Amino acid sequence: MHIPANMKRSIKLTGAVLAGASALFLTVNMLNGCRPTTTVTAVTGDAAAKVYVKPGSYDEFYNFVSGGFSGQMGVYGLPSGRLLREIPVFSQDPESGWGYTEESKPMLMTTHGFIPWDDAHHPEMSLTDGSHDGRWVFINGNNTPRVALIDLGTFKTKSIIEIPNSAGNHSSPFTTPNTEYIVAGTRFSIPMGSDAERDVPVDSYKDTFKGTVSFIHPEPESGRLSIAFQIKAPGIDFDLAHSGKGPSDGWMFFSCYNTEKAHSLKEVNASQNDKDFIMAVNWRKAEQYAKEGRGMKVPGRHYSNWWNEETHTAESTIHDEVLQLDPVELGDIVYFMPCPKSPHGCDVNPTGEFIVGSGKLAALVPVFSFAKIQDAIAGKDFEGEYDGIPVLTYESVLHGEVKKPGLGPLHTEFDSKGNAYTSMFVSSEIVKWNVQTLEVLDRIPTYYSIGHLTVPGGDTKTPYDKYVIAYNKITKDRYLPTGPELTQSAQLYSIEGDKMELLLDFPTTGEPHYAQATPADLIRPREVKFYKIEENHHPHVSKGEKETKVERKGNEVHVKMTTIRSHLTPDVIEGIRMGDVVYFHVTNLEQDWDVPHGFAIKGNNNAEMLIMPGETQTLRWEPTHVGVVPMYCTDFCSALHQEMQGYVRVSPAGSSTELKWYTASVDAGS
Amino acid sequence: MSTKHLMGTLVIIVLAACGGGDKGPKLPPGAPPPGELGKNDGSGKAAGLITSEDITLGELDQGMVERGNAIYDVKCQACHSTGPNRVVGPGWKGITERRQPDWIMNMILNIDVMLETDPEAQKGLEECLVRMPNQGLSKEEGREVLEFMRTL
Repeated sequence: MHIPANMKRSIKLTGAVLAGASALFLTVNMLNGCRPTTTVTAVTGDAAAKVYVKPGSYDEFYNFVSGGFSGQMGVYGLPSGRLLREIPVFSQDPESGWGYTEESKPMLMTTHGFIPWDDAHHPEMSLTDGSHDGRWVFINGNNTPRVALIDLGTFKTKSIIEIPNSAGNHSSPFTTPNTEYIVAGTRFSIPMGSDAERDVPVDSYKDTFKGTVSFIHPEPESGRLSIAFQIKAPGIDFDLAHSGKGPSDGWMFFSCYNTEKAHSLKEVNASQNDKDFIMAVNWRKAEQYAKEGRGMKVPGRHYSNWWNEETHTAESTIHDEVLQLDPVELGDIVYFMPCPKSPHGCDVNPTGEFIVGSGKLAALVPVFSFAKIQDAIAGKDFEGEYDGIPVLTYESVLHGEVKKPGLGPLHTEFDSKGNAYTSMFVSSEIVKWNVQTLEVLDRIPTYYSIGHLTVPGGDTKTPYDKYVIAYNKITKDRYLPTGPELTQSAQLYSIEGDKMELLLDFPTTGEPHYAQATPADLIRPREVKFYKIEENHHPHVSKGEKETKVERKGNEVHVKMTTIRSHLTPDVIEGIRMGDVVYFHVTNLEQDWDVPHGFAIKGNNNAEMLIMPGETQTLRWEPTHVGVVPMYCTDFCSALHQEMQGYVRVSPAGSSTELKWYTASVDAGS
Repeated sequence: MSTKHLMGTLVIIVLAACGGGDKGPKLPPGAPPPGELGKNDGSGKAAGLITSEDITLGELDQGMVERGNAIYDVKCQACHSTGPNRVVGPGWKGITERRQPDWIMNMILNIDVMLETDPEAQKGLEECLVRMPNQGLSKEEGREVLEFMRTL
């Protein structure tokens, strides 16, 4: 293995940067007297008018924000910052019943069993011709490697796929220009293969640990996800990625750290090299090799879960293998570009000509030229190789460096006028600079410690030059205090003028990482208002009260129930016995917008569930006491909502109480 | 925020609230354009509603009756009996003798406009206290339900 000359170890420098990082973390705003430090000086007079959306009016943009450790995705309106919805994705949601109903449980199945939580990091919207098409939004599960697809007609999670041979899906789910693929690069490399190959001492890391990046294909009609191919990689850590576009369409760029292959105290030991890598993958060529049969099927058991809208039920498919490509053997699908110090963001400008690496421990931002990358590959202008993969000469592929942009560059998005906006975690600011000239044009503080940022459409061919939104890690004194645990925070800035302007703070749920924003008009025409009852093919649907019934199968009891304003049918059930397992299959007969009904039963060791109009959902209940148990609608539905309730009689095990059910007198007098 | 700034902000908000150049109420997208539905055209009936001229009642059409009955089972039966008694809404026995066909069709197809504009519909809501759901029927399906009602 040849280590590139400029990857020399430099412990002193790294130590200094790290110490600086922690010290500056809190003090930089105080020390720097020329910057505004409070809202009073940071907000100008007309900010309120710019974010005021009057009652009854809609916001201009949807903002899809990762819920971080909540495992979900937040949907906000911009510019108001109003929270519109939290979409349940990777975590159980007792409010809707997601992950509690029988229909939705398979969505959270993995080879590890039922996983009720994940750490959701990066929303990424589906693309057509490099621009948002408003159809889907993807998000990754970082902890138990997964990717989810959310349908923007229903705002419901439609697919979740598990990523095999991965150990932390951070570098994900970035989309190619026509949503051919979304990617999943492993944050942790791991030993792979047989049990014996995986059961190795951790300090054998350098010899035994390997990485992978996966290319996932969303089936265009159904939204089912499958792994098209997986590319083997050296045992390093993958952080983020972004697809090429325009001239660089066909390439995907992944940021990598821990080129040191450290396995312990990575904080120090993975920060030794002056440069880590951005990994450039020619996915078009990889796709061709995969089609030509030049990959190898390897063990890679994984779940692919898909929500069937006709049956309102999730289906799980288990795959045992995955197609792997070996870039060393194939020779021309993967190249490394040296990138200063543990790059996080890896961002491609709207024209597709430039790739910006944000080395979070670096004091500069390198900008790479796609044309130069192609020239270097053609001319074999390599400064070495790393685990058999060519390393392009840094200076040869560099467009230039943004000098002294700020401290801790993390992530960059773009406007359509040739400007870039980079978040600076350590110095808590957004820095605006020109991609061509690399000149810093403006800087504005964030409160505090910005992580990701987003410009609506800011990672696509067509940015909307209106706002940049900061997603901050620390809120401290920005909101009324709520004990030790504080809300997370986003901040909205105008980018319409030469100078950025702070307009609004708004709190977010979970920890926001990446986010996407897109014009509401792209999504609204897809809006589904209710599910047509005629198209409901749930095996336990009741299309009308006449189809409701209660059936016993051994100790299983199936209740086919309907809801409509404002009664349950049946609302009296007798003959349930201790030891029974009761399934309430509830069909909401309403056929209008915004009329969900809820269903809950006393003492259920489970959640409630919400049933959308025209939908059937199932709640499982095991009675715990003999007696009469109330059940009711939990979602205020009409003036007689409080009357929307019923009773289940539970008799002792083995009792001969007759099974019967009814809702009294519906047809009396007919 | 200084008082001066605050005042500036308030003034702008007040101006914005006054509509500053905005003509007419801004309806949420998807809502019928003003004038199309719900506006009284002087005939005593809101514009866009079904009128008596739109409906011809001929000999009972058995096919329509059956289809209407099937729709009733799925979408109406939960609240309306086919007898004279009220469940949630009124019983349907003899309904076509008590109500005009266009009024019935409008209650089925245009319930929100009826509850806003029609005194009889409003009287019904005062009695039943549950807004009748819009069950998403097409005009043809509404007509089939009406045909079924004629048999009761």
